[in-house]
Amino acid sequence: MAREVSKRRKAITTAAAGCVGFLMFFPILWIAILSLKSEGDAIRGPLEILSSNWTLESYGAVQERSNYLKHFTNSVAISFGSTFLGMLVAIPAAWAMAFVPGRRTKDVLMWMLSTKMLPPVGVLIPLYLIFRDTGLLDTRTGLVLVMMLINLPIMVWMLYTYFKEVPGEILEAARMDGATLRKELFYVLTPMALPGMASTVLLVIILAWNEAFWTLNLTAVKAAPLTAFIASYSSPEGLFYAKLSAASIVAIAPILLLGWISQKQLVRGLTFGAVK
Amino acid sequence: MGFKRALIGAGIVVSGSVAGSLAEELTIATVNNSDMIIMQKLSSHWEAETGHTLNWSVLEENVLRQRVTTDIATKGGAFDIITIGAYEAPIWGAQGWLNSLDDFGDSYDYDDIFETVRNGLSADGALYAVPFYAESSFTFYRKDIFEAAGIELGDEQMTYDEFKDIVAMVHDPDNGVYGTCQRGKAGWGENMAFVGPLVNAFGGRWFDLDWNPQLTSEAWVNALNYYVDLMHSYGPPGASANGHNENRALFADGKCATWVDATSAAGYIFNPNESSVADKTDFTQAPKQVTDKGTGWFWAWALAVPASSTKVDASKSFLAWATSKEYVELVGESEGWVAAPPGTRKSTYANANYMSAAPFAETVQNSILAANPADATLEPVPYTGVQFVAIPEFQGIGNYVGQQVAAALANQQTVMEALENSQAFAEREMRKAGYIQ
Repeated sequence: MAREVSKRRKAITTAAAGCVGFLMFFPILWIAILSLKSEGDAIRGPLEILSSNWTLESYGAVQERSNYLKHFTNSVAISFGSTFLGMLVAIPAAWAMAFVPGRRTKDVLMWMLSTKMLPPVGVLIPLYLIFRDTGLLDTRTGLVLVMMLINLPIMVWMLYTYFKEVPGEILEAARMDGATLRKELFYVLTPMALPGMASTVLLVIILAWNEAFWTLNLTAVKAAPLTAFIASYSSPEGLFYAKLSAASIVAIAPILLLGWISQKQLVRGLTFGAVK
Repeated sequence: MGFKRALIGAGIVVSGSVAGSLAEELTIATVNNSDMIIMQKLSSHWEAETGHTLNWSVLEENVLRQRVTTDIATKGGAFDIITIGAYEAPIWGAQGWLNSLDDFGDSYDYDDIFETVRNGLSADGALYAVPFYAESSFTFYRKDIFEAAGIELGDEQMTYDEFKDIVAMVHDPDNGVYGTCQRGKAGWGENMAFVGPLVNAFGGRWFDLDWNPQLTSEAWVNALNYYVDLMHSYGPPGASANGHNENRALFADGKCATWVDATSAAGYIFNPNESSVADKTDFTQAPKQVTDKGTGWFWAWALAVPASSTKVDASKSFLAWATSKEYVELVGESEGWVAAPPGTRKSTYANANYMSAAPFAETVQNSILAANPADATLEPVPYTGVQFVAIPEFQGIGNYVGQQVAAALANQQTVMEALENSQAFAEREMRKAGYIQ
């Protein structure tokens, strides 16, 4: 029987959740406010900022100086491309580990995770040299490969966890009914693990979209995504706060929108299997 | 319009002496600041005349430094033109990472570039980067507040002790004006840009002639005690988080009575559209103490061609255009004379238009001419550089010392602890690099 929750308690919990939510959203809200101010007003005190004039001039300046569409296209190609490629590898890997585990499966999973603990700068020079020699510097293909590889452990781990929740007996029954491995994967496993797979895809797209170390270090102009677009408005000498804020808002807007539209799916996937 | 076209044409003639005949696509890596934005905007003139095209990679200064260092050290060849500073140019030139730029021809007028600037961008007698703009440091002060306090500054360079006395007189936090604003944010290009010349003024040096770090010497202790005491007594709250930008905003907003910082900020402070103290600000040299050597820093942003570039002729053609006398005039005519790139060419300071548009021009020129990276300390040293030491290891050492100084300013440790930690770190790094045993 569900525990009864008093109205007062419910109101307090709702208010507390609202406060936490607002605190988490506040940096984005503040960036949005700064982006609508002139450079001169953006450096004033908080109250002066709020009472000063609103303007779209920073958005105009950003649009005039940078090729947003090129950076946006690169971000889409890199994040979606690497996620798609990663899923092609991660689904069979997670299936094998979840349903036909070997003696070393746990070790392999841990090893995969351990690669995430390596500081990226530690492999920057070797990777840069490989990219130089293979002509992958400043190419989308190179970035798709790198993003796929750095997010692969997360994809495999998440899918492995979701697949483990699927009863093995159902797959066994499908096999007894004559389903091939391909049919078993596509028609039995996929529908049942769809929320988990969807949330994996969404999370990895967001991670790839926001990744700034590799995207800045392995690109120059042609494959530079939105992270490079934002970096071009940062400066320790000179006032660019309003323009930097405007650039940040237009850079995060697409992924924010994607997250907002798919939030139900994302939450459902992330809590999949949490209640036993 | 006719004059503007003539200027563009003249610039192209200069750059034409080193231009290649085929249209090339060049990739240029540069920093984000107002001078570079103007260059990006005006570069379409050069593109139209030569047929070459430029792809711009604009990055924040520290990101650019890391990005370009990776590429140039691995001979990646991602960039044909790079923007580097006075710190990197001699080091990278000596390493063989850059093409020498001594072959632009007579029309480029090398002799018009200030000798200090040319020397700062050279190694072993060869020029490895051509200056886009150069800066030193000087003291900005509020003349209205000084007048109200009855303070008159003479022509003589004041000492830091005199500076502190003046700062105490004009410190008025109750009315929202702090005596002084100085850099506190950690970093070799942030707080150490102020602390380095301060230590020089107090008679200190980073290393002795045998490369032994000198960070616990009496001069360093005195300089750092002075800095911390000055900022605690008369600085704004949270000074350890303030870099150039934050102080510039504070000064422009009328919150600081004095500020020792980059001469390149003068254009902003004197612009009434951006600064509320444009008509209330005056300037004088950075203070001295036991010596006047190395009291104003020297910095230049310059353009260079990496040895890994395969489009050297076209790249040099752009460099010759973007750093020419004619380019300076083009900026003056199209963007206003106050926006002309400062500190690089004698002809800029012989131009009546520039001198009347920029009231700070003469002081800037004097500060840059007085800054001598080859002789910036009271005692002899084995290195060049005013606010930095032109060796590859300095970046790491400078950043570490900057963190220790910021921690002392934030009262997280004493000045002596900061200096002892810095000394130990510098000794370790210099030993590791083979300078000392």
